[in-house]
Formats: sequence, structure tokens, C-alpha cells
Amino acid sequence: MNKTSAAWLFLAPALLVLGVFFLLPVLAGLALSLTDYDLYALADFRNLRFVGLANYWMLLHRPLFWAALGHTLYFVAAGVPLSMLVSLAAALLLNSPLAGARALFRTALFAPVVTTLVAVAVIWRYLFNSQYGVVDFVLAHLGLPSIDWLGDPHWAMPMIILFAVWKNFGYNMIILLAGLRAIPPELYEAARIDGASVWRQFRHITLPALGPILLMTGILTVSGYFQLFAEPYVITEGGPLQSTVSVLYLMYQDGFKYWNMGTASAVAFLLFAVMFAVTAAMWRFGETRETVA
Amino acid sequence: MNPRAAPWLVNGALLMLAALAVFPLFWMLSVSFMQPGEANSLPPPLLPLHPTLLNYRELFAHAGMGRYFANSLFVSSAITLLSLVCNTLAGYAFAKLRFAGREKLFNVLIGALVIPAQVAMLPLFLLLKYAGLVNTYAAVILPAMASVFGIFLVRQYARGIPDELLEAARVDGAGEGRIFAQIVLPLLKPILVTLAVLTFLAAWNDFMWPLIALTGQRHYTLPVGLASLSREHVQDSGLMMAGAVVTVLPVLVLFLVLQRYYLRGLLLGSVKQ
Repeated sequence: MNKTSAAWLFLAPALLVLGVFFLLPVLAGLALSLTDYDLYALADFRNLRFVGLANYWMLLHRPLFWAALGHTLYFVAAGVPLSMLVSLAAALLLNSPLAGARALFRTALFAPVVTTLVAVAVIWRYLFNSQYGVVDFVLAHLGLPSIDWLGDPHWAMPMIILFAVWKNFGYNMIILLAGLRAIPPELYEAARIDGASVWRQFRHITLPALGPILLMTGILTVSGYFQLFAEPYVITEGGPLQSTVSVLYLMYQDGFKYWNMGTASAVAFLLFAVMFAVTAAMWRFGETRETVA
Repeated sequence: MNPRAAPWLVNGALLMLAALAVFPLFWMLSVSFMQPGEANSLPPPLLPLHPTLLNYRELFAHAGMGRYFANSLFVSSAITLLSLVCNTLAGYAFAKLRFAGREKLFNVLIGALVIPAQVAMLPLFLLLKYAGLVNTYAAVILPAMASVFGIFLVRQYARGIPDELLEAARVDGAGEGRIFAQIVLPLLKPILVTLAVLTFLAAWNDFMWPLIALTGQRHYTLPVGLASLSREHVQDSGLMMAGAVVTVLPVLVLFLVLQRYYLRGLLLGSVKQ
């Protein structure tokens, strides 16, 4: 057996799996989004019709789609900066020479990341319950008004954002921590000798050094947060008043509850397009920043 | 800043963050041992007054949790084992075997990472439906048998294997299969442990696809089963927390034991090449 045929033999299982269960479905999804595939087509394939861009056109005129997109963008726009901020703060604290018991702290801070999302979402729903939840109990003790987190359409999404920050910040924390450790300590020593304050050291040494890592983790977090689904599914079931229906939640409902698979496919591709546009813009922005600096 | 206050500030902040991170998990454990109704009283008790295993007994006796647990264990183990084989073979081929179009093909795979998995879910469901595989373990296992991330991870690591080692074996007349099994595999062991931990945890925690592909309770994995239970038993906090413990504890313990491998995978996977 020569090297080339060995290579293809080694590649075959993985490529077969990826081709049949990912590449093919993606292409089929694009085709599906141009049809009226629904319950009737599911029963009998002959009921399937090609409808061109009608699914997309209808979605753009559907208030619930825009609402879902709005909720998702709200989640991304508030959740990502907040997550990144907490990740960075935690990484800075862990990296501080003054910190004790670092390994222990690191493990504790990272623990939420490895937990099962559904299970901790169930905990969250209990913590934020308006009748016997511990969060409202603490708020009341602090003299703050209690909030109906699960029942008030204005507060359900902020609660889900808090959940996402709690669940995810440890991930980027680890990556940023590795970035911080790679900064040569001499830079800080020189700055200290020059009398630079802690803030100025952070602003002029730490942040620029972390720049590329912040950009990369930011982009990954954005594309992850666009895929919001399990949190509203478990904690709020999309409510109250559909205030936590995300784009993927809509796709799931359209596709697997009402079996409008053509429409649902169009929803999925529109989400992909938005995600792609946003992350590509972040890349462009990051690259111009780096060439300027 | 007062130099004497600084250590207190740093460690105090860390302690607070860590407490916030761990508190919900501690609370879950505590409530899971409470008597029925105790968890829904105000003020919420921090610890159970009379600890009981009632919730756990209820879960396994009447809510089918044992079955979900076994399903999760089987599905996650199968995914880990099978994807390890596919990803290792492919990752090694991309790193060390020369063939026409290697870089191009690899870049196509990396490029495919921008496509969110959900785009493929609807047609994948139909594909499995026409194949008669919806609501079988295979529906969850088959699509997870290879991943671009896994291939990438193995490739990065395998590139560190010196070519001379492989060439020497070839000169000695060893076939490619033997070289892989006897020389490459032992050298890849650390990354294989890492990949196994990452894959197992991801498979165990996965929710959206199992929710779609498994339509009957008999095949539910823990997250799907727990989500369905929590919709039926909204008020039964003790029971739900026990269900969360059963779901979370295995992965949390696995992570604590194999933390080193897990974190290395996380860092390797995030490095831009």
C-alpha cells in the first residue's frame, strides 16, 4: 500500500461521516428552504412544491421572525460584552501575583462551563422563581423591589443573559489567562520603573497584548450566543409573551412542532447569514485596528 | 491603592466570584435532599432540615431516570469511541501523509466550521427519517462520529511527530497500517485522552439534536429526559434538583479528575494556527 492510498483510506471514515451527515444536509437544507415542505409532504413526497424564495419573502413579512431576531440580537449585544468583561476580570484576578489558592479558584470558576446546560437551567428556573426563589428573597432583604423574572417580559431576557454569563465566562477566562501569562514580565517591570500606574499598565501593555485573543474569543462567543436555544426552551419556554423566543427557538417550533420544514430551513439560513455578516464585520474591524496600531 | 489592602481586594473579589459560580451547584445538591415541599417554603432553607433520599428514589422508581442515565452513558461512550477512531485516522493523515490536495481539503473542513450545526438539522432529520433511524440511538451517534474540531486537534498534535521516525519504519518495510498502530498511536496518547474527555462531555451535555432525533421516552438521554420532566413537574423543586444532580455529577466528577487534559484541549483548540 503506498502513502497516497493509505492517506485516503485513513481519511475515508471521517470524510464519509462529515459528507453524509453534515455537508449533504447543509446543501439539502438550502434546497429545502426553497420548497413548501410541510406535514403533507412528510406524508407523501408528491405534495412537495418548489416555491423559490417565497419562504424568505414571507419571513421578512412575519412579525414573529423580526421579534425573534431582535431578542437574539439583544442577547448577543448584551450577553457577549458582559461575558467578556467577567472573563477578563476573572483572568486578571487569577493572574495577579497577589492571588492565593489559584488552582482551586480556577477550578471553581470554570465549573459552570462543564455542567450540563439543561440541568443548570433547571436550577436557574428555581433560583429565580418569584414565589420561593432565593434571588428575590435576597433582593427583598436588600430592600430592593422583587422582580417577577419568569413572568415579566422585560425581565425574562436579562435573566437568561445572567444565566449565560454565569455558565460561560469560565471558558474565555482560561484562554485569556493563557494570554496574560504569555506577556513578558519585563514589560511591566519597565513600566513600573517609569512610574506607570496599574491602570496605565493595563491600558498600554495588557490590553494591546491581549488584542488578538480578545478578538478571537469575542468572535467565537458571538457565534455561540447567536445559537441561543436551550436556555429559553428550558427556563422560559419562549415566554412570557414570546419575549424570549430566539431565532433557533423559532426554527425548532416551525420545523419540529408544526412541521413547516421549508420555512424552518429558511429561518436557519437567515440566521446563518446574519451570524456570518456580524462575525465577518468583527474580523474586518479587528484587522484594521491591528494594522493601525 | 493602599499596598496592604491590595491582597485582600484581589482575594476577596476572587472569593466572591467563586462563590457566585459554585453557589447554584451547591444549592442544587442541598435542595435535592429536602423533603417534598420543603424547598418551596419561604425563606428558602439553605440546608435540608431532615435530609432524605426520597427525591432520588422517586426519580429512579417512577420517572425513568435510570433508563435515561443508561441511554446517556451508552450514547456518549459510543460517540467517544467511534469519533476517536475516525478523527485520529483523519488527523494523522492530514498531518503526516502526503497526498494531492491535502492543504486544500483541510482548509475546506476548517472553513466549514463557520456553518452552524443547526443549518443541517432539518434535512438530517428527514434523512434519518427516510432511513428509518429516527428515535434510535444511531440517530444521535452517527452524525457525531467525526468532527472537524477533533480532526484539527489531532492534526495539530501529530505534526510534532518527527518524519524521520516514520521514514525509518518505512525503510524497514513496515506498512502504513502498522506504522500507525505501533508508532503513531502510542505517541498520540496524551491528545487522545484530551479528545476523549472533551468529546464525552460534549456528547453527555448535548441537547438540541437529541431532543429532535429522539422522539420517544425509551431513548431519551438525560438532558432530554430532564427537560421533559421539568415541564411536567414545575413545582416539584426537590425532584428537579435531584434530576439535575444525577445529570451534572458524572461530568463534573470526570472534569475534576481529568481537568489537566480537558483544559489543555480547550487551549489547543482555540489557538489560531
